[in-house]
Amino acid sequence: MSIMAYNGGACIVMTGKNCVAIASDLRFGIQQQTISNNFPKVYRINDKCFVGISGLVTDAQTLYQKIVFRHNLYKLREERDMSPSVVTNLIANMLYEKRFGPYFTEPLICGLEGPDNKPFISGMDLIGAMVATNDFLVVGTMTPAMYGVCETLYKPNMEKDELFETISQCMLSSLERDALSGWGAVVHIITPEEVVTKKLLGRQD
Amino acid sequence: MDLKLSPFPTLEKQMPIEHGRFEAYVDNGGTVLAVGGPDYCVIAGDTRMSDGGYGIQTRKYTKIFQLTDKCVLATSGMQADTLALQKRLKTMLSHYQKEHGKPMSTPAIAQFLSNTLYYKRFFPYYTFNIVAGIDEKGEGCAWTYDAVGSHERVKYASQGSGNQLVIPLLDNQVAKFNQQIIAGGNVTSQQAVSFVKDAITSAGERDIYTGDYADIVVVDKDGVHWEKFELKLD
Amino acid sequence: MEELNRGGFTFDLCSRNTLLEKTGLKMPGFLKTGTTIVGVVYKDGVVLGADTRATEGPIVADKNCEKIHYIADNIYCCGAGTAADTEMTTALISSKLKLHKLSTGKEPRVVTALTMLKQMLFKYQGHVSAALILGGIDINGPSLHTIYPHGSTDQLPYVTMGSGSLAAMAVFEAKYKTDMTRDEAIQLVAEAISSGVFNDLGSGSNVDVTVIAKEGVTVLRNYLTPNERKFRGPEYIFPIGTTPVLSKLVAPLSSKVIIEDVVMS
Repeated sequence: MSIMAYNGGACIVMTGKNCVAIASDLRFGIQQQTISNNFPKVYRINDKCFVGISGLVTDAQTLYQKIVFRHNLYKLREERDMSPSVVTNLIANMLYEKRFGPYFTEPLICGLEGPDNKPFISGMDLIGAMVATNDFLVVGTMTPAMYGVCETLYKPNMEKDELFETISQCMLSSLERDALSGWGAVVHIITPEEVVTKKLLGRQD
Repeated sequence: MDLKLSPFPTLEKQMPIEHGRFEAYVDNGGTVLAVGGPDYCVIAGDTRMSDGGYGIQTRKYTKIFQLTDKCVLATSGMQADTLALQKRLKTMLSHYQKEHGKPMSTPAIAQFLSNTLYYKRFFPYYTFNIVAGIDEKGEGCAWTYDAVGSHERVKYASQGSGNQLVIPLLDNQVAKFNQQIIAGGNVTSQQAVSFVKDAITSAGERDIYTGDYADIVVVDKDGVHWEKFELKLD
Repeated sequence: MEELNRGGFTFDLCSRNTLLEKTGLKMPGFLKTGTTIVGVVYKDGVVLGADTRATEGPIVADKNCEKIHYIADNIYCCGAGTAADTEMTTALISSKLKLHKLSTGKEPRVVTALTMLKQMLFKYQGHVSAALILGGIDINGPSLHTIYPHGSTDQLPYVTMGSGSLAAMAVFEAKYKTDMTRDEAIQLVAEAISSGVFNDLGSGSNVDVTVIAKEGVTVLRNYLTPNERKFRGPEYIFPIGTTPVLSKLVAPLSSKVIIEDVVMS
């Protein structure tokens, strides 16, 4: 078993028209045994930037704390929030610093960029190789399943409600084909006006 | 009196001389899937055959094999074993036809394939099969298998290198899991064909072993209809 | 206390990770650019080419990534191997070269970049797995080099690297000529990359080309796009309310939260 699959988990980000969405499952397990069924993998950095971190949970939490630490210092110095692209570069460099003894985490970053709130998503592997697209990105224990559904169901320029339905359907369908993630999901829809968080009903097995 | 056990005679371990290892199996990749409808069945399979690494051996190897005019066999896995299996089934089905004066029914073929695979339980055909077509009632049906004959009748199935990409999509669009509002009524065979094309195109986008072309096969009461469909060549 | 901006690699998790590995857990693989990258010297410049696929095992992780990296205004570098290594190594050398340029006040030379890259890769004994094609133009004219992960280099008029290097080299061996024109060189590079894209499963999607000439650099991002999706059925529409929702929470934006002091009476 891969270290990345030790705790299980899945995460998807998607862009829409003036909005982005990020979803994660709620399972936290140790190999085949489920420990918790209410463990979201999405973390809020600021109003316009969320990160989802899959992989080994101990590393995900450590990484998250380090991101928050850096973000706080940035806010003190610059008196503003970090934009998602800056957060991406920050995390990529933090991960690559540990190139030969990595954190076993794959982060996804999503948010709204700049004064005109351009949708932004990015992701990277465990040593900080960035992947930037403008449609969707997936990480976790069942990436093939997520790629398969997202590739088919995704369409560009979705409104926020449509985006919510699409990302939720993608998440729930792939979760049912993964033994290491599931137990429902949580979705955040980020728009310039508000952040809506919805918990989804998924199979509890 | 002391009872003493003599030490168990140790056998010296005989090791064969190792030569360059012969690999009996290779995975030639590829994706096949099937969707059964009320009176039809749509089967799709890409036609790429790869060497298990980064090489393409041929772009035009069809993974779907017509068994009767109501039943096809879609196989991914190792091409050599696939051909051997197809040949064997073809022979046996022609024997059956001669003996009984009628072709074997699709459910019977499904059971027969299972037996054929289990017969080679300890040196299996490295094949992952779907038997699909229409049954005696004219309903669309599909069976999925593992390499040694464990099988199940299902509404839809997929096998091969793109299996993991396609199967949740089928769960979502055919079985309509996790949906409170389900739009649309019965799916026509044209709609099913369009969906299956979408599914295999998506698999081709993300799975490096799926691509080139696809065979789209529709089985209905009028027989087996083949269509060639273009995927990406990269 | 967290040390900031120290630079260099840290190895503090290495011992923990080896312990984890000993428990039987497998180390995960990295994002690879199982790539086709090429370069050609023509009459008055260099043309670099690359495909745009990044893979994670048999799955395509990025369909349109950039593999031709900026080093300096007159030097570019194609990268194959572990994606993070090619990206970070070229970025690091690019930054060092800029500082070098600012301190010397001279245009950077290709051999300077080459030496910096090979010394860094040699230092890490092949563990930084970046296979590079370095091309540029300086006072010595156009030049083209390959750099292997262990730090060895060579200089040739036409080069290929990555998993599609054989497919691309086949095209070069058949069609390369000395003193080609700019258009001929671009054409040849595009053909070599296409050969990798179609015949190597590790390479795919689009063809990127960068031309470095005396007059300046032309970045032809997505010069060819021969692999657009060929079929898309009718859109999949989920009516609003399709997905079962357990709870909904609208968190107020912190920028809109007003903090007031309440004086207790």
